[in-house]
Amino acid sequence: MAAAAFYDLEGTLVSTNLVHTLGFYAKNQQGLFRTFKKSASTLLSIPVFAVTDQYSRKVFNDLFFKRYKGESEDRLRFFAEELFEGVLKPAIYPGAIELIEKSRSLGLRQVVVTGALDLSVVPLMKYLGIDDYVTNRLEFVNGVATGRLLPPVVAAATKASWIRTFAEREGLSLSDSYAYTDSMSDLPMLSVVGHPAAVNPDMRLRQTALHHDWPILNLK
Amino acid sequence: MSLQLHRKTHESVVYIDRDSAPRIMPSGEDFILEDLPIGTRVIYPKPPIKGLPNREAAIRYALNHPHDCDPLFAQLYPGMKVTIAVDDISLPLPPMATPDIRQTVIEIVADMLAGHGVDDVHIIIANSLHRKLTEWEMKRMVGSKIFDEFYPDRYYNHDAEWAEGLVTIGHTKHKEPLRINRRCVESDLIIYVNINLVPMDGGHKSVAVGLCDYESLRSHHEPQTIRDSDSYMDPARSALNHKIIPLGKMVDEKLNVFHIETALNNRMYTGALDFLLKNEDDFTSFDRLKFETIRRTMSKLPRAARRKMLHSMPSQYEMIACHAGRTDAVHEKIIEKNFDQYVIPIKGQCDILVTGIPDISPYNVYSILNPLLVQVMALGYHFNFYRGKPLLKKGGVLILHHPCYDEFDHNFHPSYIEFFNRLLPETRDSFTLREKYEREFANNPSYIEMYRRGNAYHGAHPFFMWYWGENGRQHVGKVIAAGAENAHVPAMLGWDRADNLTEAIAMARSYMGRSAEITMLHQPMIGIADME
Repeated sequence: MAAAAFYDLEGTLVSTNLVHTLGFYAKNQQGLFRTFKKSASTLLSIPVFAVTDQYSRKVFNDLFFKRYKGESEDRLRFFAEELFEGVLKPAIYPGAIELIEKSRSLGLRQVVVTGALDLSVVPLMKYLGIDDYVTNRLEFVNGVATGRLLPPVVAAATKASWIRTFAEREGLSLSDSYAYTDSMSDLPMLSVVGHPAAVNPDMRLRQTALHHDWPILNLK
Repeated sequence: MSLQLHRKTHESVVYIDRDSAPRIMPSGEDFILEDLPIGTRVIYPKPPIKGLPNREAAIRYALNHPHDCDPLFAQLYPGMKVTIAVDDISLPLPPMATPDIRQTVIEIVADMLAGHGVDDVHIIIANSLHRKLTEWEMKRMVGSKIFDEFYPDRYYNHDAEWAEGLVTIGHTKHKEPLRINRRCVESDLIIYVNINLVPMDGGHKSVAVGLCDYESLRSHHEPQTIRDSDSYMDPARSALNHKIIPLGKMVDEKLNVFHIETALNNRMYTGALDFLLKNEDDFTSFDRLKFETIRRTMSKLPRAARRKMLHSMPSQYEMIACHAGRTDAVHEKIIEKNFDQYVIPIKGQCDILVTGIPDISPYNVYSILNPLLVQVMALGYHFNFYRGKPLLKKGGVLILHHPCYDEFDHNFHPSYIEFFNRLLPETRDSFTLREKYEREFANNPSYIEMYRRGNAYHGAHPFFMWYWGENGRQHVGKVIAAGAENAHVPAMLGWDRADNLTEAIAMARSYMGRSAEITMLHQPMIGIADME
């Protein structure tokens, strides 16, 4: 039976996280004043993001994506390529490409399951040759972001349920599948496959991986 | 009277009588004292042969007087490409006091290369599917001078999973490939620096195994080859050796290999731990004091600290021979010297073989002796230390003494954990394991990344460890793990369990009969029982 390798993206395959993407857009605002204002407020929000992420990924998402409110869709799409070339591409971990290539050579479907935005992820997926991915999507009204995400919000348990649905639809064996993530919030995603692995894990995930005897990879 | 006569058979063979002192047995990180039944034969390591007084001179002499080829200096010319390949940290055991012999050899060779205008030189650790050495270990092995000059661009570990770094140099008659490190294949000269700790090491195994990949290795690292080896410590009767020789010949046809092999004596410890190598009947008061001090100190420490302490005590081996030149001629001389040091003539097999398992193995340097490694030390290494026929009778009982703790090193042995917990409950049959699961583990992307970018043993390595115990497993009638702190580890490995050695011997006697002959290997030891 066919199987897949499911990857979280940020922190797992690339060293950047959601805040880097937000920071990139913040410094590419229209006019110097808006750039300064947006960059400063993003910077000041970082401690709040860090605390809420520890508390709950859902609360973090609610707060975090509000920062996109008022951004035009055209502008976000326009800068996506630049974001990839300037921020994401240099941030790909050296071991990530090896891991994907090895995994692909075994006939595993390559699937990225990420809480990042579709706009920012598309060029990276093309670069990595990954056709199957699920991302978060911003809600736009009249071409302007509302600061809310369209459901389903990809995070924590939703990642696991998306993987289960995807595997069922595509006829994939989850017990023969692999999952890679760096964050404790993705524990459900690791729990639904037969071969989970922690990649560049934070302290909490490292402890959990040790407890469950999961492999711990360092792709840096 | 008969016991008195027994005592004189060999200096390394001692029989327990009424007034014998209790014997020291290592059991993991502990040392225990055991009163053995009267009549038990205890085999000690052979006393060390005197080391060469000037090892630098001996190495230089070997380089200038090689076997079956021109001296090293005569093979060098400016602009040539040279690769120095070197054995990894799996030997000697424990890691030797600095300077390591490899450091001395490489320093001499590097000077000679520089003196002849050879500057395209790489040093590659022939770790095969073993874990890659850490930066600290690499530095310790060759010394700061070589390390600072070559690391990291020109001094690195072999990578058996780097497709671009490997080249197929031929196939066996069964169409199995031999894929070797590309840098070595493209070099004008490969200088292999070896330490031959046991007779299984060195020779054609050095390049053909140390620098190959998984596909090349699996043709001979398989259960039938181990079953057919009687034993794999005896090159003449080792099926493993017979399979590797044609590969080595293939290497010799395609590559220019200059082999430097060294043999060590048996001086594993001096100073604080030298009592471990002595007959307890000959202990001085100072020996007893040292033992009690170490035992009491160790008993106050947690296991991790005890392990750390033991691993920080380097071995004190001395070089007793160095030969250089073409592989076959060099290896023959070194094996002869190995046997001079290790062979102990033994008359008669035993019904019960007792062996303590010390925290020393090729695969747990600076790490944990996990259950699979306990298995490989007992049924693999300790069982195979014979020539002629096994020390233990067919169907006899092997008693090992070890806590058998369920602990694994997550960085070094990640695939061992899955092997132990997922596969062994399903089957212990080596052939089934190989056919059903070996490739899955070998190709597991997580294990490959941990091998390549970390310090993990290759995903397939636990399988080889299991096969390594195959001839022992087929030969023994029963294995009893004495001192095992839990029931599930021995059960998973297919062994019986006993609280202590006395209970284990009683169990073994009830299986083999009251008159069962008992032999104990006095660990830590490297010795080959030469069976009459």
